[in-house]
Amino acid sequence: MGIEGIGARVARKEDKRFITGAGRYVDDMVVPGMKHAAFVRSPHAHADIKKIDTKKAEAMPGVIGVLTGRQLKADGIGNLICGWMIHSKDGSPMKMGAWSPLAVDRVRYVGDAVVVVVADTKGQARDAAEAVEITYKERKSVADAVDALGKGAPQLHPEADGNLIFDWGIGDAAATDAALKSAAHVTRLNIVNNRLVPNAMEPRAALGHYDKAEDHYTCWTTSQNPHVARLVMSAFYNVAPENKLRVIAPDVGGGFGSKIYIYPEEIVCLWASKRTGVPVKWVADRTESFLTDAHGRDHHTTVEMGFDKNNKIVGLKVDTIANLGAYMSLFSSATPTYLYATLLSGQYNIPAIYGNVRTVYTNTAPVDAYRGAGRPEATFVLERTMEIAARELGVSPAELRRTNFITQFPHQTPVIMCYDAGNYGASLDAAMKQADYAGFAKRKTAAAKKGKLRGIGMSCYIEACGIAPSAAVGSLGAGVGLWESAEVRVNAVGTIEVLTGSHSHGQGHETTFAQLVNSRFGVPLDSVSIVHGDTDKVQMGMGTYGSRSGAVGMSAIVKALDKVEAKAKKIAAHLLEADEGDIVIENGQLKVAGTDKNVPWFQMALAAYTAHNLPQGMEPGLKETAFYDPSNFTFPAGCYICEVEIDPDTGKTDIIQFVAADDFGNIINPMIVEGQVHGGIAQGVGQALLEGAVYDASGQLLTASYMDYTMPRADDLPSFQVSTSNTPCPSNPLGIKGCGEAGAIGSPPAVINAITDALGHDNLTMPATPGKVWAALRAGAKH
Amino acid sequence: MSEVSLVVNGRKVSGAVEDRTLLVHFLREHLGLTGTHVGCDTSQCGACVVHVDGKATKSCTMLAIQASGSTVTTIEGLANGADLHPVQAAFKEHHGLQCGFCTPGMIMTATDMIRRHPEGLDETTVRAELEGNICRCTGYHNIVKAILAASKTMSKASKSKAKKAA
Amino acid sequence: MYSVNYHRATSVADAAKKIKSGDAKYLSGGMTLIPAMKTRLAAPSDLVDLNHIADLKGIKVSGKSITIGAATTHFDVANDEKLKKVCPALSHLASHIGDPAVRHRGTIGGSVANNDPAADYPSALLALGATVVTNKRQIAADKFFKGLFETALKDDEIVTAVTFTAPAKSGYAKFPNPASRYAMTGVFVTKGKDGVRAAVTGAGDDGVFRSKEIEAALTKKFEASALEGVTVPSGSLMGDIHATPEYRANLVVVMAKRAVAAANA
Repeated sequence: MGIEGIGARVARKEDKRFITGAGRYVDDMVVPGMKHAAFVRSPHAHADIKKIDTKKAEAMPGVIGVLTGRQLKADGIGNLICGWMIHSKDGSPMKMGAWSPLAVDRVRYVGDAVVVVVADTKGQARDAAEAVEITYKERKSVADAVDALGKGAPQLHPEADGNLIFDWGIGDAAATDAALKSAAHVTRLNIVNNRLVPNAMEPRAALGHYDKAEDHYTCWTTSQNPHVARLVMSAFYNVAPENKLRVIAPDVGGGFGSKIYIYPEEIVCLWASKRTGVPVKWVADRTESFLTDAHGRDHHTTVEMGFDKNNKIVGLKVDTIANLGAYMSLFSSATPTYLYATLLSGQYNIPAIYGNVRTVYTNTAPVDAYRGAGRPEATFVLERTMEIAARELGVSPAELRRTNFITQFPHQTPVIMCYDAGNYGASLDAAMKQADYAGFAKRKTAAAKKGKLRGIGMSCYIEACGIAPSAAVGSLGAGVGLWESAEVRVNAVGTIEVLTGSHSHGQGHETTFAQLVNSRFGVPLDSVSIVHGDTDKVQMGMGTYGSRSGAVGMSAIVKALDKVEAKAKKIAAHLLEADEGDIVIENGQLKVAGTDKNVPWFQMALAAYTAHNLPQGMEPGLKETAFYDPSNFTFPAGCYICEVEIDPDTGKTDIIQFVAADDFGNIINPMIVEGQVHGGIAQGVGQALLEGAVYDASGQLLTASYMDYTMPRADDLPSFQVSTSNTPCPSNPLGIKGCGEAGAIGSPPAVINAITDALGHDNLTMPATPGKVWAALRAGAKH
Repeated sequence: MSEVSLVVNGRKVSGAVEDRTLLVHFLREHLGLTGTHVGCDTSQCGACVVHVDGKATKSCTMLAIQASGSTVTTIEGLANGADLHPVQAAFKEHHGLQCGFCTPGMIMTATDMIRRHPEGLDETTVRAELEGNICRCTGYHNIVKAILAASKTMSKASKSKAKKAA
Repeated sequence: MYSVNYHRATSVADAAKKIKSGDAKYLSGGMTLIPAMKTRLAAPSDLVDLNHIADLKGIKVSGKSITIGAATTHFDVANDEKLKKVCPALSHLASHIGDPAVRHRGTIGGSVANNDPAADYPSALLALGATVVTNKRQIAADKFFKGLFETALKDDEIVTAVTFTAPAKSGYAKFPNPASRYAMTGVFVTKGKDGVRAAVTGAGDDGVFRSKEIEAALTKKFEASALEGVTVPSGSLMGDIHATPEYRANLVVVMAKRAVAAANA
């Protein structure tokens, strides 16, 4: 490791602009003539639109246009789609209801966009939006997924009978039933995985600009994957062909999944720009974000896990109902299926698994991937079940896990995944040591003397990230390939630009990707620039989500760097009159191995561009492109331990310590990796203790601002103790796994296991708010 | 419409704005100082924190016209010339930011916090004082670390200044 | 925010004159009013800014007698050395309102006049037996707070100060709402020459109130132990997604215990 290369704890290159207020987010963009959009949204969870009267609004000061769904349809703009086909067990395709960017006849959730107003100022647009008169006829609504499947539930889409989108299965049902029947002990439980709102601190925004002279559109958008946005807007929404649509995702203020999807607003801003003849900007306020950003989780699950007399798991049966909201968001079908049920083997040898998933329409915001996406739900199912099973079987939670750990690799699970490497016992040992697990009993006694209840809980998670092998996901229904692209441009003076199809919105790519180049060529970090987020600069890419930018994005860069290196060595060999095979790159020089003959990197680059003296037949220049398609997922895994103290008087839970021992394979920048884990844990602890989206019986979102949705704040959290171990990933050239989601995946069950340990019973749902814990304590005392 | 005049980052500025214009929008849209952000509607997230007459203030909860006559410092005006302010430097060194959106407000809050606690800070105090600033990326771990480090640096610097003066 | 006309008052009399235009509202710190206007829940036609009236600012402590100008910020109440000596509970309360930036702008007069059912100050005023001074009269706290966001103030009346006599002992404890951080239940207790008073904020479905159960128990003995086994009825307490009435009833007793412990410390 050099001081700036792979493995170095380098401060981030991108920080300068953020700490000086010079970041450039969508809302910071100003285009000459730009006007402002406000959306008129449904106040009802479910209603027919009887009449839309825009006259009053059109006459308001500053108003340029008031546009409806009918006009949008007349201009041929298409419906939003879900890009991952899932087939039900009976072979029928999923039942996708129509989602118009502006509702035409019916609204299906509070916040559904109906009309857009364009005006000179934001205030005027809002004023006019209030003057739009829409006559609704309310329908019965349903917000809860289990209720939506019930008899007599209101029907959301004619395409989906009984609101059922698909009824899907994975694994071997018969073998699992047989295994459970033969089991010496079966642990059964019902689990609710609470609905969350991602809450990136930058609200979603879009700026659409139609250039009439060029017949060309530009869209600035808060996107994690601008290329996918362009592809989908071209291929499905008929906004414009790809060559006439440029999508730019500049600095983006966090995503956590919620900015993967294409939403109505960016489509409408582009269309409205053409309709009105002015550039149109829309920026969500926080309540709009709460109402319309894709939410996460929201599962109801029943679990049965069978053990033999030696406490070995013999079978696992899981039945899940997943709420997908009012419409199918872009990857909504994949999240509760291939990103969830394929992880149901966890870190354990389980010979028989069967998972059944039913997805359901409800009158709520669409639900899609949110940090972890399916894997936190799978981990919560498994790790709560393991903890409860240990309590029922009278063995320690660590011992029960150890008894069932997978120790031989590769390991084929019964649910598709083939784990390539890992050492689960090592992470468990490291976490228990760090947490002084052995000393817990003493600490519990000391806490009891102060009138406090202590509990400790663990969670051993595994996840599959670095998505994903294109052919594999294609065979499972994905509408796109999940490779990544890279282009490495060596300039004539030897500085380097790396163009990547991944997108950084907090992950620090500008630094880590440059560290990789530094390790390869010895070029200082300052001479390496990472370019991303603009479809005019980077040809194609799949964006950043699913902890894929390291394992997939950097692997693409490695491939391009390989090509650059090969050509650079040829040039150097020619200049040094040496054999190409003898050239090595060291400290910014291309050297003849074992001699002092060398040519500096920049001189080689200059030679490539002067082209005065290149090998016979070689093209001038030094620029290479690569596409990398992974051969497998990567499998980060680890053990998290949480220790809590509950104040029985108020039910308030304090986290005394939180320990994370992760195996991320090789690490490029430990500082950045730790930061990713911290943030993930905060979101996981948030899910366990604080956060929950609540709809009332009429489909109104009760938690639509920070007054009612509890965001984790600094005083809700402790400092975390994080460490890593390393079993390199065998399937990518850098041996790296993903670290972006692990924290959010592994932490919720650790927290709940700790609280239920302190309570002495398991009757508790997330979020474990003080009020709920207090009630759970009283309920426990009554038993 | 009213005429607003302020001193922002040491410069006299003025402009005619609708009375309903919030200070944050005046800074962003009239002065082009887009480092100050808006992250919520309920005055809770703190992405908009600036200093008004030397005190941390949520610029989304103050009309521009209310601030008329005041002196305002934004994230753009915090550093002294090309140097980073010690709090900015500490955020970079300790990885106290990821997506950067909450960062300007965090830094302005941290600077105010350190000013009000010349005796120094501890982790509990820093966490309590950050009640009005929400970050979704960092889990606050490295923000707390950065503020504690900056507080140390700044109290050392002021002590050595005091020594010199004595 | 809807359109609004802003007026800066130079004196209390000037403010009283300016409030006559349209559907005007006084603007003090604006920490509640401006967010309500931003989300279009409040729509005054005019705002009369009281922040530049020097007479409304400052804290006077004379023996046990205390007067706090209406435009005094929470930050100043929290940090006033003289006040801290004679009535530390009130400074403690002020130091926990909102966050540091909110405390820099929010004022005692604004909070009192707004009478948010989850605001901290109303419980203090009620428990301290304080008097609200306006440009027209003096109103005892017992008569001032009239339910949710309702007070005895007439439309054009301006709160100019709050006065009270520091009791021998006082204490405040609150359990914040996990999301908003407003008081989910806050209890202010005092023991003065007129006996024990205990006022509760954040919990009552009709705003701040005095708890006779807590007062009765503490009158017997002004110690946390006196509240062991005491319950308060939950019938008139708020219930929402964060706390049931029963949970709030529990919190009233727990916070009262902590407030008494703080008062005796």
